Amino acid sequence: MGDATLAKSLLLALPLWFLAARTLPARLPWLARALLGAAAGWAVALVVTLVLPPGQMAYLVSFAIVGSIYAVLALGLNVQWGYTGLFNIGIAAFFAIGAFTSALVTTRMPTGAAAAFSQQAFGLGAPFLAGVLAAGVAAGVLALLVGGPTLRLREDYLAIATIGIAELVRLVFQNERWLANGPQPLRGIPQPLACLVRDPGCSWLPAPVAALFDPLAPRDYPYVYLAIATLFVIVVYLVLERAIRSPWGRVLRAVREDEAAAAMVGKDVARVRLQAFVVGAVIMGFGGALYAHYMIAIDYTHFDALYATFLVWVMLMLGGSGNNRGAILGAFALWGVWTGAAFLVDLARPLLAAISSDLPARGPYLRLLFIALLMLFILLYRPKGLIGEERFVSRDSQGRDG
Amino acid sequence: MPLLTVEGLTTGYGEMEVLHSLTLRVEPGRIVSIIGPNGAGKSTAMKAVFGLLKPWQGSIRFGEREIGGLSPDRIVRLGMCYVPQTDNVFPSLTVEENLEMGAFVLSGSTKERKERVYELFPRLAERRRQRAGKMSGGERQMVAMGRALMLDPKLLLLDEPSAGLAPLLVDLIFEKVRDINASGVAVLMVEQNARKSLELADHAYVLVGGSNAIDGAGRDLLGDPEVGRLYLGG
Amino acid sequence: MAKALARRAHGPRPSARLRRALGSRTALVVLLVALLFGLWLLAGAQGVTGQRLLSLAVRGVMLGGVLALGAIGLTLIFGVLRIPNFAHGDLMTWGAYLALFGLTLLPAGPPLAPFSFGAELLVLLVLVVPLVGFTGYLLDRLVFRRLRARRAPSVILAMAALGGAFLLRSVIYLGWGADFRNYYTGRPRPAVELFAGIRVRPDQLFILGLALLFIFLVYLLLERTKMGKAMRATADNADLARITGIDTEGVIRWTWLIGGGLAGAGGVMYALDTQLRPEMGWWLMLPLFASVILGTIGNAYGALVGALVIGLVWQMSTAFLNPAYGPGVAFVVLILVLLFRPQGIFGKPGGA
Repeated sequence: MGDATLAKSLLLALPLWFLAARTLPARLPWLARALLGAAAGWAVALVVTLVLPPGQMAYLVSFAIVGSIYAVLALGLNVQWGYTGLFNIGIAAFFAIGAFTSALVTTRMPTGAAAAFSQQAFGLGAPFLAGVLAAGVAAGVLALLVGGPTLRLREDYLAIATIGIAELVRLVFQNERWLANGPQPLRGIPQPLACLVRDPGCSWLPAPVAALFDPLAPRDYPYVYLAIATLFVIVVYLVLERAIRSPWGRVLRAVREDEAAAAMVGKDVARVRLQAFVVGAVIMGFGGALYAHYMIAIDYTHFDALYATFLVWVMLMLGGSGNNRGAILGAFALWGVWTGAAFLVDLARPLLAAISSDLPARGPYLRLLFIALLMLFILLYRPKGLIGEERFVSRDSQGRDG
Repeated sequence: MPLLTVEGLTTGYGEMEVLHSLTLRVEPGRIVSIIGPNGAGKSTAMKAVFGLLKPWQGSIRFGEREIGGLSPDRIVRLGMCYVPQTDNVFPSLTVEENLEMGAFVLSGSTKERKERVYELFPRLAERRRQRAGKMSGGERQMVAMGRALMLDPKLLLLDEPSAGLAPLLVDLIFEKVRDINASGVAVLMVEQNARKSLELADHAYVLVGGSNAIDGAGRDLLGDPEVGRLYLGG
Repeated sequence: MAKALARRAHGPRPSARLRRALGSRTALVVLLVALLFGLWLLAGAQGVTGQRLLSLAVRGVMLGGVLALGAIGLTLIFGVLRIPNFAHGDLMTWGAYLALFGLTLLPAGPPLAPFSFGAELLVLLVLVVPLVGFTGYLLDRLVFRRLRARRAPSVILAMAALGGAFLLRSVIYLGWGADFRNYYTGRPRPAVELFAGIRVRPDQLFILGLALLFIFLVYLLLERTKMGKAMRATADNADLARITGIDTEGVIRWTWLIGGGLAGAGGVMYALDTQLRPEMGWWLMLPLFASVILGTIGNAYGALVGALVIGLVWQMSTAFLNPAYGPGVAFVVLILVLLFRPQGIFGKPGGA
């Protein structure tokens, strides 16, 4: 345990570093914040890795990975809803397209005996980042196709059309065998940076660094993936924070505040909304890629309206729409509630069994009921969510970050 | 006692105050006109009286009863009906159905009431099964007024009844207003067409910038050179 | 700016004129007829017999009848309350499952020949309608009304509808699990031959008849009763309705009762013809919205026409497409309508 601790803690440190650096007072110069944050983050990571038993650690890591994936989805939705006011009920479509595209791009066509079981339209065997990029592009193209005709009309129509596209995408991946082995799972999705946990190590790493990761065993791979996933969240977050303060972001906000006024000043309202829709969809595509490479095998059932669309909406509303930090917070918070509720439901098994013998098996639906009630509760009593909308000034007007 | 008494009415939209301490009175069975330049707050005054806008200060009394702040469906039951300026008919309903909606708050047969409206507006009688949305502007105005009369109101509020109508129709509409008044219904009218409305009105109020300017008998104000110069446009 | 002025001076450019022509009512009708004809040809090219096509067409009409029950309720709610009721599909599912529950309580009688169901299902149908109507009313009373009082934007109301949908779904999952169910198991449901070689199941004919009956009742309601007229009036112009003294809260109440009730009936009938699944309503929402938008929002008769078209297109596409793609076909029609004439068949030109 001792040797691997260092490596694990280093991987864990990445997100914690970012968190620490962001929570330090803004008055400090950024270099000081970066260094202090790195030190603080790594210290916490080390302590956590040493103190918690491996079972709990593994659980925490997988929790954080899924939370990060949902955070990426929520950030994408925030661009569409929080900043532009678009009601997209088809998150699952972009999520699925991203996941399957990345899977198809990064896997190889099955050969020999495997070909009898698994079919796919193509398999390029490309690296992970190529898959991610392709995922974003595919999701973006889909968004263009759906948003083009519908965004000019009422927002109700966009909502309806997005329900349609999500169902259609699901149907396609369910029924078209040749595409992605539907309805069977598409397997063998490669894991990025898996070489870190395997024996020869990563050939492209300098020797001392590689030695650092030597003690890691294949079962420690989730730590590596956690670092990757949180890196995604951080990058998307930073890019969005920058974008929303840019001139483009200002137009976006102007359109949302008062569409008529923005149109009068000559801003092409429909175009801006389409851009925001596509940007959000691209981010959701990235989330899909992240998901695919984590799950290694995906099929159409992973992308149903419940888990892929509804949950993300409640996450964003819980955290606070119009606020990127809120999106991330809401994702982790609700995922925590969801998994925590699983424990509660487990504990309540005897009680459930007493009411009806069917009930214990349907425990997950109790959670769904709770989440639905939560959503209604938020809408009725606290539409702002936990953090509420961000009020900020754009960079240009004051020459510095808001 | 006056049918409608408005005293010191101050109200507006959002943060913007539009009416400043407005005062006016409508005696039973009389025609009262509110005229004034654009943006003077004439329509706002009407909306406040009918409960579409909450008064900030002042009182609005219908008979003895304070109605400031009451909702329109309560005010309708008290005997006051309102004809808005635009969108004043239900387009997908027939003329007859529009009239029936006017009497919604009453149970029982609407036949007699409809017949009375048809007597007043024979043109509507011919077209009673036609969809209101397909009718001309003048006909729609008649439907709207007829609908408001279904409850036999004591006071009829008309918001710019002649707006958008050809001159011949304007005369017709005002004639109908006279007929309605002849049957005992008091009328409070907001009008752009100051001359015509002053000819009709027993009493008139001139509103400028949301406050009372002059008021007096309709005929007197017609002859008043000051009013003539500023508001009648010669 | 100069371009816009030039446009004003010379009239709309040819492309805009073309767009307007394409957006006319006749164009839409022609497009739909062409679509149906095209499907016919496509199916024929695949070797599907004329008899089978006719059978599919009849089934399409039946499906359209069932869809109409949902679509009429949806369009009324859309028109009066101005919200897309995303919970409508799940209200249909709710009705279907309530009847299933009722079947466990009532003794299952023998089937009424030649149908596959017994008299108890008819009784349950009559009971389910007000129950689901009341569920819709409850949803409004507890959730939407509060949001309305707060003048929440319509998007928030739509979100609340979505929440309501999942709430209903979770209750159904809890009560019955995720498996497929049927009202009656082990009862044969053979098709009978009508004329010209058309084969349909007797159940389907009954469902069509019942759907027509309900639609007729809705017609009576909307045309002959005071509340029905008030509903149409409120859908036209809610502000004017209030000014006229119409009790808009009462109208809303009845809209939910009727819309929900129709949805419940539709759900039972759909489940009778196919089977019960918790997702069935959600999955039907696409065809429902397609019907509503095609027939113009707020127009009950339009919803009927729209539902018949969607039903026909759906069934006929199964001749050469995987039947699972039914809602997908509805979706394509929806997109076409949104592209060319978003206000639907009966809407005003230029509006949406």
